[in-house]
Amino acid sequence: MITVVDYYVVASILFAIGALGFLLRKNVLVMFMSVELMLNSANLVLVASAKSFDLARGSAFALVSVAVAAAEVGVGLAIIIALFRLKATVDAEEITNLRG
Amino acid sequence: MQENLLELIILIPFASVAVQYFLHRVLPARLAGLIACGAVLVPFLLTVVVGRGIGSAAPQVPAVTATIASWLTGGGLEVAFGLRLDPLSCAWTLVVTGIGFLIHVYSLGYMHHDPGFKRFFIYMNLFIGSMLALVLGDSLPLLFLGWEGVGLCSYLLIGFWFEDMDNARAGQKAFVVNRIGDLGFLLAMLMIFQTFGTLDIATVTSSLSAGHAQGLYPLGDGRITLIALLLFVGACGKSAQLPLFVWLPDAMAGPTPVSALIHAATMVTAGIYMVARFSVFFALAPVASAVVAIVGALTAFVSATIALRQRDIKKVLAYSTCSQLGYMFLGLGVGAYGAAVFHVVTHAFFKALLFLGAGSVIHALSHEQNAMKMGGLKPHLPRTHWTFFVGCFALAGIFPFAGFFSKDKILGEALLGHGWLFPLVGVLGLITALMTAFYTFRLYRLVFTGPERLDDHARAHLHESPATMTLPLVILALLSIVGGALSLPAFAHFDLLGDYLRPIFASALAVAGEHAHHAVNVEVALMLVSLAVVIGGAWWAWNRFAEGPGDQLPLPQSGLPFLLENKWFVDEIYAIFVIGPMRGTALLAGFFDRYVIDGIVNGLARLCDLCGAFVRLLQNGAVHTYALLFLAGAVYLVCSLL
Repeated sequence: MITVVDYYVVASILFAIGALGFLLRKNVLVMFMSVELMLNSANLVLVASAKSFDLARGSAFALVSVAVAAAEVGVGLAIIIALFRLKATVDAEEITNLRG
Repeated sequence: MQENLLELIILIPFASVAVQYFLHRVLPARLAGLIACGAVLVPFLLTVVVGRGIGSAAPQVPAVTATIASWLTGGGLEVAFGLRLDPLSCAWTLVVTGIGFLIHVYSLGYMHHDPGFKRFFIYMNLFIGSMLALVLGDSLPLLFLGWEGVGLCSYLLIGFWFEDMDNARAGQKAFVVNRIGDLGFLLAMLMIFQTFGTLDIATVTSSLSAGHAQGLYPLGDGRITLIALLLFVGACGKSAQLPLFVWLPDAMAGPTPVSALIHAATMVTAGIYMVARFSVFFALAPVASAVVAIVGALTAFVSATIALRQRDIKKVLAYSTCSQLGYMFLGLGVGAYGAAVFHVVTHAFFKALLFLGAGSVIHALSHEQNAMKMGGLKPHLPRTHWTFFVGCFALAGIFPFAGFFSKDKILGEALLGHGWLFPLVGVLGLITALMTAFYTFRLYRLVFTGPERLDDHARAHLHESPATMTLPLVILALLSIVGGALSLPAFAHFDLLGDYLRPIFASALAVAGEHAHHAVNVEVALMLVSLAVVIGGAWWAWNRFAEGPGDQLPLPQSGLPFLLENKWFVDEIYAIFVIGPMRGTALLAGFFDRYVIDGIVNGLARLCDLCGAFVRLLQNGAVHTYALLFLAGAVYLVCSLL
């Protein structure tokens, strides 16, 4: 029997993968995908909880989150392209223009 | 009607300043000079008109008052631009505007070739306006405003030829020394407000005498004594008395008409005016009065000794002015208020005359001031010569010239007074009279008689001065001859000025006790003694300097003449004991400011910089570092919440 806790476990694993991916990978695009992974793990928690507690509000949150994420991806990708044009690289360790 | 005229007296000089200042580009110099002269003559005539109308409303002091505008209002304080013409201020106003007018006319000739001609007359009119504010102001703040105003004009006019650094420095010296006195005046003003709750002069003096009658302020009251002493500190600064007299001789750096008007006839008598105005305070404070008398007598004595050996014609007259001002304070100190004011008036006549005469000589000799390089000018400058001669008689105090009567009144009151102090200062005054006669006729002999000692530069343009300069001399000479008639000795029963001023000093004399009238023969005997002393001194100098300076020509190297020639080294003593420590303190304070105060401020900035450098290491621009820190923070938060 699959309970809501299982969903939480999966979501946690997804979040951990995303976090580790963001911290360990150098490619900006991959890092960006990792961010999306973490975001969607949160969405999974929202949806699973909504189903489990029978509250539509959670699903609505998830829907808004997905919509915002779509917009965010658009902006994020645009920034990455602009960055690539500027620096001719997608290696995050080489992009340190904001060093104090 | 009278009120409006009174307002006009003070507004006209200021209006004239404004006109001359704003139109200085378009006004021809001659017209500007005439406007300036008119702006002094008209107030003089107005004062005559208004002054005649002062009713004698005994027991109150007769006065005309007017309020131009309100000034300071707030709390318990209410001060307006209020004017008050009573006998005392009327006497002063007449002297200031009367002598002032003559000197303005004289300046038309004297300053004729000066490129700063228009500037000169603006300053002069500003001075007249400020001086009128000083004597006509009915409240202490207005008096103080005038007091500072004349100080400013004095500074501007001493340093009139400011291209020469020495002149600028002399102006600065006058200003700074005056400032020391002003502090005393300011403190006295604050104490008066604290004690009486008002700054209106008439109210203050009347409530003091009323309070004394009720036993509120007994004779010798500590507070009143302190106020009187502080007032006198202010007077010392303005009127060049002993510790603070050093600025006046240096003030001769200004144009000679300025020396005559400001540094002899009018401004320097402001201290006398103030003490006379607050005579009740001094009458109630015997200690303060004694201080006034002693300081006055010592100043008279010391300055006269210095004048004995000065070479500069204006320096002799400057020290003589200090000395005569000392006489006036001596008079105030022994309670001879009327006599002191009388001496102010006669001194204004003959000292203005002597200064203008000296100016005429200097003008004729192309700015030569050293009396050792003059001599034999009598045939070249006939009018200057005889007017100067009259001035010498008046200054020496020889009967029947003006100085005799006023000086004798002061000496008489001092010598015949009771206690040990009065005769002491009286004898000092008598010795000073001897020296006065000596240095006066020494100067006359050196300048006008004996062999000519001119150098070529001075001889080049030797000429008698124009009529604009000699006419004021003649008028002042006449005044110096007949001026004594204003106030004849008591036994003559003709005391115009004394009767006029009586209501002013009535309350002070009521407190101190009217001076006893002395027997006629005592007074006459005293006069004969002082006359004998004076004539002796004059005769001595007359013979000693018949053939020029003689043995005084070479600079003395030792002994008393050396000390006198160098003015007792007062300036040098000040340089060592006052200016030196002051400079040292300033240096120390500068060091403290630069290295301690600035050190703290800069150190703080450097500390912030250092902290920044350390924290900056975290901001390495790598997203991974930020993300790791962010995660660590988030984990920490979650853990602490759980």
